[in-house]
Amino acid sequence: MNTLTPSQYLPETPPGRHFRAEKFDVGSFFFSGLTGLATLFILAILGVILTNIILNGWSALSWHFVSTIPKKDFFDAATTGVLPMIVGTTIRVFVMTIFVIPVGVITAIYLTEYAPNTSIITRVIRAAVNNLAGVPSIVFGLFGLGFFIHFIGKNLDTLLHHPSAVWGQPALIWAALTLAIMTLPVVIVATEESLKAIPPGLREASLALGATKLETILRIVLPQALPGILTGGILAVSRAAGEVAPILFTGVAYYMASLPSRLSDQFMDLGYHVFVLSTQSPNIDQTRPLLYATVLVLLILTLALNIVAILIRARVRKKMRALG
Amino acid sequence: MGIHRGHRARPLEWLAERFIFLVSLSTILMVFLIFLFVAREALPIFFGGANTAPLQTVLSPEAMNQLSPAQLQAYLELTPQQFATLDRESIQALLQVKQEAQDEIPAQVRSDPDARVNTVEWKYLLGPHQWSGYDKPEYIWQPVGQIQKYNIIPLLVGTLKITLIGLLFAVPLAVGAAIYVSQLARPRVREIVKPAIELLSGIPSVVVGFFALLILASVLQKIFGYPVRLNAFVAGCALGFAVIPVIFSIAEDALSSVPQAYTQAALALGASRWQTAWQIVLPAGLPGVFAAAVLGFGRAIGETMIVLMVCSASVMSWNIFDSARSITTTIAAEMAEAVTGGPHYRILFMLGALLFAGTFISNLIGGVVIQRFKLKLEGKR
Repeated sequence: MNTLTPSQYLPETPPGRHFRAEKFDVGSFFFSGLTGLATLFILAILGVILTNIILNGWSALSWHFVSTIPKKDFFDAATTGVLPMIVGTTIRVFVMTIFVIPVGVITAIYLTEYAPNTSIITRVIRAAVNNLAGVPSIVFGLFGLGFFIHFIGKNLDTLLHHPSAVWGQPALIWAALTLAIMTLPVVIVATEESLKAIPPGLREASLALGATKLETILRIVLPQALPGILTGGILAVSRAAGEVAPILFTGVAYYMASLPSRLSDQFMDLGYHVFVLSTQSPNIDQTRPLLYATVLVLLILTLALNIVAILIRARVRKKMRALG
Repeated sequence: MGIHRGHRARPLEWLAERFIFLVSLSTILMVFLIFLFVAREALPIFFGGANTAPLQTVLSPEAMNQLSPAQLQAYLELTPQQFATLDRESIQALLQVKQEAQDEIPAQVRSDPDARVNTVEWKYLLGPHQWSGYDKPEYIWQPVGQIQKYNIIPLLVGTLKITLIGLLFAVPLAVGAAIYVSQLARPRVREIVKPAIELLSGIPSVVVGFFALLILASVLQKIFGYPVRLNAFVAGCALGFAVIPVIFSIAEDALSSVPQAYTQAALALGASRWQTAWQIVLPAGLPGVFAAAVLGFGRAIGETMIVLMVCSASVMSWNIFDSARSITTTIAAEMAEAVTGGPHYRILFMLGALLFAGTFISNLIGGVVIQRFKLKLEGKR
């Protein structure tokens, strides 16, 4: 038996009324290409920045460089090092996580598990989180100076009868707290996303077995959400590690002869050091290798964390799609 | 035995719930505190409590008895608490010091008509003024020297100039890429491109600033051949790098959330992929794309380190190849040398409050637009 070919059972297309897709569409080709080029251009920017820094930085990077405490003149390529900057950045970020993770996770738990979706207070909290995410980093710096140093720190000094300023001056703890407030939305949003990805069936099963809401959250929901919380923490750390503006007035030092040992000490910082090296060098050609190496160290620190976060998040999303 | 509910049945549970609620209120508290403490340091500017004029009316120590304590306190610029701790002798000593300080002002400044001008009055902050030595009224930000000039107009112009260049550069690229990734690219390409662009947002702004300072500035100068190597144009382009990921991810999210049914219907009617993207998806996702640009603007005016590293001279000019100084840069560069509590310090905090207000409004607009857009797509409006 013969089967009909389309030309036999379809009415003949009247001339001039072809389906557009059948023709080679110049506009489509051109504009699709344009958006593709835009994408390519962005990727090229990323590629150029990364390869430039890696190629130039790698040759100047050495074990001596990352393990040396520099002398006062850190523009001298032979004797300088970035150990105090690595330590300073690491400590300030670590202290920050101690504050930001609990507050961020608890807020996210409230928003997803407890908050009545329509109430005004929930909406205000959400608006506050969004707003906090958009506040410029330099304003956080001003806030840290005005609130932590001049208000809390000064009053603490008077209360403890310190003869000279101990807390009422830039310090590690104030920089860490300022950063904690800045990165709070990052942790909240990531945690919330992972909490929402947990199927409601799990919670219902737990509740049906007689567990209380709190028990359900602690034993069932949080362990499931752990990768998401981890992602949020890592993203916050990576964001904070690269930020310079908020710590400019709240704790960073141009030069320190020793590593910071107390929370009230100032510290040196990788990002700030990049800024100092590139804008205040007496001879930019001599400091260039040094500068590249420092940038590379900073980039490795932040990007490695970012990549880990992106990978975990991709896995979480895949799992979410499989479940949902 | 009835069924107990609330705090009597499970006191621990109830306490934990209260605690969780209270902690989550901290975000509101933070926003409130930020506003309060940034504005608090700037308040004297708003209420005219600061005076920068180097030459002031001198009260001689002998005239002390004729003045009320309140007048003395205002004259010595002390807080009531500080004033209360002082006895007569120390007040007299302070008056003496103040008089001597005034006497030491060089004659050259003394004869300057601007020496009696309080430069932090609104008139001088916003309007042009013909300073001595200039032949026409000008907008000048120059917080050093005997007569400190705090006109904020050059900073506003600088900020706008750099931000607009950044957006002009970033918006077309980011939106183009968002259309491509969300509509035209194959899934495998998408899986690679999206995280890569997200990675761009992971590059710290000092690193972008460093790159712009060392490489981009020279490359752009070679291409365009302008005389000033570090200018608003370079800063704007570098700023664009930093804003692209922000705009991209919001726009991509908005375009992806346009329902599949729209796309499928268009494709079924014979439209090409591009026609679907351009005539169906983009118009449907336009509010989201707009919000992305607004939020990108908020991010751009707040960016500090890039602009600080690339250009910083405050010149009143709309020319994009001149240097410019943004509000953020000014705060970052000058806070270290400003005397705590002095007029310069207060002005910088006022600029911070201004910035906070600016980003607050742009975030609010962006957020509301996105929310409405999402509700509309879900068919709830």
